[in-house]
Amino acid sequence: MSAALRFRNLTLGYDRHPAVHHLDGAVETGALVAVVGPNGAGKSTLFKGIVGVIKPLAGRIERGDPNPQNIAYLPQAAEIDRTFPINVYDMVAMGLWRRAGSFGGIDRAARASIEQAMDAVGLSGFEDRAIATLSGGQMQRMLFARLLLQDAHVIVLDEPFNAVDAKTSADLFDLVQRWHGERRTVLTAMHDIDFVRAHFPETLLLAREPVAWGHTANVLTPENLLAARRMCEAFDQHAELCPEEQAPPSPPFSEAARAGIDPQP
Amino acid sequence: MSTLFQTFIAPFSEFEFMRRALAGALALALGACPIGVFLMLRRMSLVGDAMAHAILPGAAVGFLLSGLNLFAMTAGGLIAGFVVALLTGLVARTTELKEDAALATFYLLSLAIGVTIISLKGTNIDLLHVLFGNVLALDDQTLLMIAANASVTLIVLALIYRPLVIECVDPGFMRTVSRAGGPAHLAFLVLVVLNLVSGFYALGTLLAVGIMMLPAAIGRFWARDTTLMIVIATASGAVSGYAGLLISFHAGVASGPAIILVAGGLYLASLLFGRVGGLVRQAFPGRHLEA
Repeated sequence: MSAALRFRNLTLGYDRHPAVHHLDGAVETGALVAVVGPNGAGKSTLFKGIVGVIKPLAGRIERGDPNPQNIAYLPQAAEIDRTFPINVYDMVAMGLWRRAGSFGGIDRAARASIEQAMDAVGLSGFEDRAIATLSGGQMQRMLFARLLLQDAHVIVLDEPFNAVDAKTSADLFDLVQRWHGERRTVLTAMHDIDFVRAHFPETLLLAREPVAWGHTANVLTPENLLAARRMCEAFDQHAELCPEEQAPPSPPFSEAARAGIDPQP
Repeated sequence: MSTLFQTFIAPFSEFEFMRRALAGALALALGACPIGVFLMLRRMSLVGDAMAHAILPGAAVGFLLSGLNLFAMTAGGLIAGFVVALLTGLVARTTELKEDAALATFYLLSLAIGVTIISLKGTNIDLLHVLFGNVLALDDQTLLMIAANASVTLIVLALIYRPLVIECVDPGFMRTVSRAGGPAHLAFLVLVVLNLVSGFYALGTLLAVGIMMLPAAIGRFWARDTTLMIVIATASGAVSGYAGLLISFHAGVASGPAIILVAGGLYLASLLFGRVGGLVRQAFPGRHLEA
């Protein structure tokens, strides 16, 4: 089994302050990983690093598939100009960028796949609606339809179920499980610990430093969660330089620790 | 019938300068109006105005070097516009100054330099000519340049249309799927400068932006999607050009302001009666629907 993503002593951050500190480990192809941690734990930062929006301060990310278009990303707060005069159909069709690019036509097969994607997220009939008229949940459904069309091998979802109702999040999680079944690699930032316990085989608990990574049941222990909360509260505006050379690299979460994880649901 | 002909067609069939002016105004509308729609959608409506001021010193340097020479003034204007656009982008990306503030500083400097240069050499008549343009005095070269700029604009816009729209509506998504967003934006800025230079000759620096932004605002009141908005904007730009020239001919008023005033009239009508968010429509929305 090959790794879709491998982090090598990865440090990501802003203005030299690390937001993700010395992360080591690998995400296997086809894994369904929940990334859990308090606010400010570095979940979004890690995702931005994975999709290449920010560059590492130190260390590196190795992608199993070097084509960046094989990673699809749903940010926590999409920078969408909701007043822009564009309809739902065209927004969803953007997901075909890899196939169509700047000039490619949208042929009959492509139109069929757009319709399928809209149907899969329950937005059939919304094709001509302006995006300005969508509710929060409908917006999220539309973005999932676009993700469907992107057909990426690695899918990174930053708190996709925040501020959507139970029905919507259940519908959308069905899609996540479908991707998992198709052996796509899915990383999802989550706050709902019970939901993670019930549905995610693998969890990375992050609190700037990686706290634990492996089987969800082994990671989401009360001790680990408490440690995560404590670590996040310690932030020093005037932090010293990180003594990288002296510090022993944090133990990589071994492949063996996660050997029992079945990538299939 | 003959009075209709006298009023609406004869000015163009009888006078060559009116035919030239009409060709220039239509070409200008074809290029500038789609650009205006994107400026408006990117919330850069005033950027065109600032860029128009930024172009002035380049044209002034061209004027200083070789008098009222089309190519010298055009090249100067293009260079000045590109320099200001690039400096603005650079400062906005590398410092705390935001794009609007950076643009404001550079265009004002540029304008001050331009006015200084003109006052060193030109007479007031030349200054008026530069500031207000004259669509009734387009020579062959100028007309060709305006037409060429419009053609280049439409071709480049067709090439960058998709990345430009995606960059406008969801820049975050664009960044993750492609690197085309940045170059598309830059190409767009180049088109803005190109069309301002065209407008410069027909309408002058002060009003060149008018033929970009007023039709765009008109389009916004009638269309919910970008394509239709561009079509309506371009059509109203063309109508404004034609009607403005007629009014200018019959009433003996300056042509540039007449064109912009017609566009202004269409804009006011759209503001009141527009199908999308017009004031009357807002006041009397009609009974609500069942679902």
